[in-house]
Amino acid sequence: MSATEITTATRNASAVAPRGAKPKNPFAPRNIMLYGTLIIFSIYYLLPLYVMLVTSLKGMAEIRVGNVFSPPVEITFQPWVKAWSEACTGINCDGLSRGFWNSVRILIPSLILSVSVAALTGYVLACWRFKGSEIFFGILLLGAFIPYQVLLYPLVIILRELGLFGSLWGLVLVHTVFAMPINVLLFRNYFVALPEELFKAARVDGAGFWGIFFRIVVPMSLPIFVVSGIIQVTGIWNDFLFGVVYTRPENYPMTVQLNNIVNSVQGVKEYNVNMAATLLTGLVPLVVYFFSGRLFVRGIAAGAVKG
Amino acid sequence: MSRARSGGAHARPPIRMFRNFSSKLAAIPMVLVGLGVFVGGTIWTIVHSFTDSRLLPRLRWVGFDQYERLWSTRRWLVSIENLAVYGIVSLVLTMCLGFLLAALLDRKIRYEDTFRTIFLYPFALSFIVTGLVWQWILNPEFGIQSIMRGLGFANFNFDPLYNPDLVIIGLLIAGLWQGTGLIMVIMLAGLRGIDEDIWKATRVDGIPVWKTYVIVIIPMMKPVFVTALVLVTSGIVKLYDLVVAMTSGGPGIASEVPAKYVYDTLFTRQNLGQGFAASTMMLVTVAIILIPWAYMQFREKRQ
Repeated sequence: MSATEITTATRNASAVAPRGAKPKNPFAPRNIMLYGTLIIFSIYYLLPLYVMLVTSLKGMAEIRVGNVFSPPVEITFQPWVKAWSEACTGINCDGLSRGFWNSVRILIPSLILSVSVAALTGYVLACWRFKGSEIFFGILLLGAFIPYQVLLYPLVIILRELGLFGSLWGLVLVHTVFAMPINVLLFRNYFVALPEELFKAARVDGAGFWGIFFRIVVPMSLPIFVVSGIIQVTGIWNDFLFGVVYTRPENYPMTVQLNNIVNSVQGVKEYNVNMAATLLTGLVPLVVYFFSGRLFVRGIAAGAVKG
Repeated sequence: MSRARSGGAHARPPIRMFRNFSSKLAAIPMVLVGLGVFVGGTIWTIVHSFTDSRLLPRLRWVGFDQYERLWSTRRWLVSIENLAVYGIVSLVLTMCLGFLLAALLDRKIRYEDTFRTIFLYPFALSFIVTGLVWQWILNPEFGIQSIMRGLGFANFNFDPLYNPDLVIIGLLIAGLWQGTGLIMVIMLAGLRGIDEDIWKATRVDGIPVWKTYVIVIIPMMKPVFVTALVLVTSGIVKLYDLVVAMTSGGPGIASEVPAKYVYDTLFTRQNLGQGFAASTMMLVTVAIILIPWAYMQFREKRQ
């Protein structure tokens, strides 16, 4: 039995107990244990972020005499500038900016295509089932569990046949394909829960397949579009394998370029530039994460129950 | 009804194919992806794993030769061993840590949102970023080892990324950092789904909190644990980016994993048949894990 539990218990028995929370000792052994454990874990989780930040703000001379945790004595933004526009990958030396813009050019069409295809498919599966549609859905869901390695080469062949191998659009297609299972599931489950009367009314009023989709379903489903969008933005931005397999070096996304910069064997290792580059690459998903908050949690929880 | 029907002069279209036509049209991507890529691609890979394809795929049958060669390749055996060790340790620790953190957050604490945000943010980052940061923190010259030595432990040795025996520990530290937040969120959702009355009942009976978790709550959360289990295992099989970023399979071949073996054989060593055999083995591994789970889900649904 502990302080909070008693408090809740009393609060629940509101009629008899005096009103208001019972004053509790913040330094009770239970609290010290509880918050102590949480804080220790928080340190483990926050440490890398801190290390990235301090390292990226130090000069190389300072790094050589200190350790990874020592805060910068003299703050310099030079590593950031260098990481963005001068760092070398072994092929070229124009920094991460190239990878960043490649990732943006991959992200936007992939996002639009994958979310719209998934939404439309989810709509078919929820509202316009036909004979066999559930079977195809089952096959699609199974696809979520196939290791990517099994499908890597078949997709190379498909893309080559389509004349898209090595291009940005090839990669966009690959992202769309692999995003389908989870996103379709997400949209289907959301659309199934919409009130059926709406569809009936719309059909009486003469709306067809596309009319109902664009004028009723889409405007009513903004939250699920956001959730799906968040999953896609982080997924596509963080992808490494597909970028490496399906694009040529000049189209490499940011993650691939980052890895090439940091793990390139030529020259002296500039740890501060490396950490600035790493932080830059992580910035986009971090911003999405911190701004979307609960929706992100909802997205991954929904993604978690796939299958 | 669908447009196609109204187009047919208010009568049923003569051919069944055209009923509900727009819907079928919109389902084309799903059918193409499902049958063309997922089923077709899988079959294609399995079929070609029985051939001697090298630079280009071709259908010259060699039976199980590729598999025999695969299982006598040291690098593959090391990969499998690494995956098994990483997989088991990571599974156990992710589940325990994820549950522990979720349970702590569920104790009606202050700043719950802050703590949750802290535990979950690594999940938003890519394995490449994760691997590179931890590579730097574990750097023996500037990282943890040098700090401990600076504190007076002159003989302190912790250089997992340069020590073949410890390299899996290095990968685990980074992998757990990235992945436990997700499991925590799922476990937390499971804990929140438990009826408040159960807590009240155990409180009335005077059962200590930890005991309530062990004998009441955890058994009740079985489905959540199973979901988490499937999620973690399917993630482990995919383990690739983290290794590439952190160790590139090194030192030597000490941290090779199957996914990397497949990639390297297919795209840098151009030994396609061998790569297909390896990826088929990965598929078999996933199937062994998933079939019992699918069976369980199916049985539960029927009950």
